[in-house]
Amino acid sequence: MTAVTASAAAASAGRRKYGSMSQDRQWALRWSYFFLTLFAIFFLLPPIYMLITSLKTSAEISAATNPWWVYRPTLDNYKELLTSNSYLTYFRNSAIVSVVVVTLTMLISVPAAFALARMKFWGSATLATGVFLTYLIPETLLFLPLFKMFAVFNEWTGIELINRWWVLLILYPTLTVPFCTWIMIGYFASIPKELDEAALIDGATWTQTLTKIFIPVALPGLIAATIFAFTVSWAQFLYPLAFTTSADQLVLPVGIITSLIKGDVFNWGQIMTGALLGAAPPLIIYAFLMDYYIAGLTAGATKG
Amino acid sequence: MVDAAISAPRQAARTQSRSSLRRTMQRKSTIAFFMALPLILLIAILVLYPALYSLHLATLNKSMERFVGLSNFTFLFKRQTFWLVVQQSCIFALTAVFFKALIGFIVAHFVHNIPSKGQRKWRGMLLVPWVIPPAMSCLAWLWLFDPSYSAFNWIFAHFGIGPIPWTGDAYWARFSVILVNIWIGAPFFMIMYLAALKSVPDQLYEAAAIDGASWWQRIWYVTLPMMRNIIAITALFSLIVTFANFDIVRILTAGGPIDMTHVFATWSFRVGIEGGDIPLGASVSLFMVPILTIAAIFILRDITKRGSEV
Repeated sequence: MTAVTASAAAASAGRRKYGSMSQDRQWALRWSYFFLTLFAIFFLLPPIYMLITSLKTSAEISAATNPWWVYRPTLDNYKELLTSNSYLTYFRNSAIVSVVVVTLTMLISVPAAFALARMKFWGSATLATGVFLTYLIPETLLFLPLFKMFAVFNEWTGIELINRWWVLLILYPTLTVPFCTWIMIGYFASIPKELDEAALIDGATWTQTLTKIFIPVALPGLIAATIFAFTVSWAQFLYPLAFTTSADQLVLPVGIITSLIKGDVFNWGQIMTGALLGAAPPLIIYAFLMDYYIAGLTAGATKG
Repeated sequence: MVDAAISAPRQAARTQSRSSLRRTMQRKSTIAFFMALPLILLIAILVLYPALYSLHLATLNKSMERFVGLSNFTFLFKRQTFWLVVQQSCIFALTAVFFKALIGFIVAHFVHNIPSKGQRKWRGMLLVPWVIPPAMSCLAWLWLFDPSYSAFNWIFAHFGIGPIPWTGDAYWARFSVILVNIWIGAPFFMIMYLAALKSVPDQLYEAAAIDGASWWQRIWYVTLPMMRNIIAITALFSLIVTFANFDIVRILTAGGPIDMTHVFATWSFRVGIEGGDIPLGASVSLFMVPILTIAAIFILRDITKRGSEV
């Protein structure tokens, strides 16, 4: 805006006087693009290198040629992985775990957030703060006591939880539910009170108020929370590494690391292909729903 | 007569108690409590209980049969590896958070500088490291750092810089894990700062420009004070996450060369799961608590402050 007025003024009133200001802006813009390009290269280098390597044969990878160029591109790595049973098992496990965890998370956190944002009860304010604090407790603090708890649980009931993929369905909600509840509280609290008061006067029950008014109005927040829950469960690495070990129980991140690395032999072409395919679902979601993704990211600290 | 007289009030009392039960069930606070119950149970059983349980675990011996008091801790204090882990965790977290904040701030400024038409595209590209699951991108970095086929060393060789032992040498390995952490985390800071920059009213900059403020003065006296809260919250969040980080160190170095890159999380995994000494591992991870608590207190203070301002 200022640049436009400055240049217009420069055109009418005399170039020498105001020209330097718009020229300064021109240079600032050029430098911005220059540095942004540098940073973009730094930030995009690893994924691009994943793609480059995934298109190479093992022979080309170990040849002393330019590693940044593919001389004979091939899709063999992709074909091999997508027909290998173990990789498809990891992918299926990851997909099931993520989808179920997202569903569970939403079923737990949306009603809870509604209750905490709108229907005060004894201790609800403390609970809201508590939810936020739980979000700050990292999983690296909890995995050992949980491991021992599940072992004790097995002694008591005979139900084996360790080394079963579905144990992750119990573990992942501890990571997703607090944050999703927290951002949903923020979204629900921003809805004007008149809206639900009108509904209550018209005789709507609390459940109806939630499903017919709050969920539709706060849909952007709901989508952001869903995306968050999905990406967290898809990317989680510590819990599956600690709690699952058999090849058929693994999820993607752990599966790639344990099965594609055989001894000290790294089959880099396949590892990169597997990692790229494993990174694809979050990337695709991000590409299509970028605004919701970013809204979810910034909501954690800016709402509430 | 008397019987009837007695039973009538009793019946009345019964219907009254039933309806009062129903009324309690229909009361707002009761419904609210039941809506929040799954959340309360989840937090109590799977977060709070394990957190307290780890305090108990830390006082047991390796087979978890005998109470040994604080001897796990005194054992740790005598081990040199433990002090290495403390040192490396602090270096790792503080350096990484500082550079993430710095790079995020710089990049956010550049993105904010360019015409808003192109901002979406750049922002989209620059956030990619944050979107890729860390385990996957760390594999890419591991391959870039490969001792014999490192693609970085191939480039550096053209400038006559000898092969860099990215993960082989202890100090380079420390540098590498921090570099990867910055790569993953800086985009998050960028997004947060960009949102904050957009919320600074243009009039402030115009007023500063009229007063003849230089570029540096505008950042120091306008931008930074307006963004102070966001900067603090983001940095504290990141401090918690970075301090408790597991994936990056585990995949890139697994704590190696000679335990020089272990942080609390990876070392407690090594001791607790791989070494089978759960109590000792729990004691190691408990050392994260003080720093996490301090950061959490500051975050909470900032957030309640914001809440009362709005």
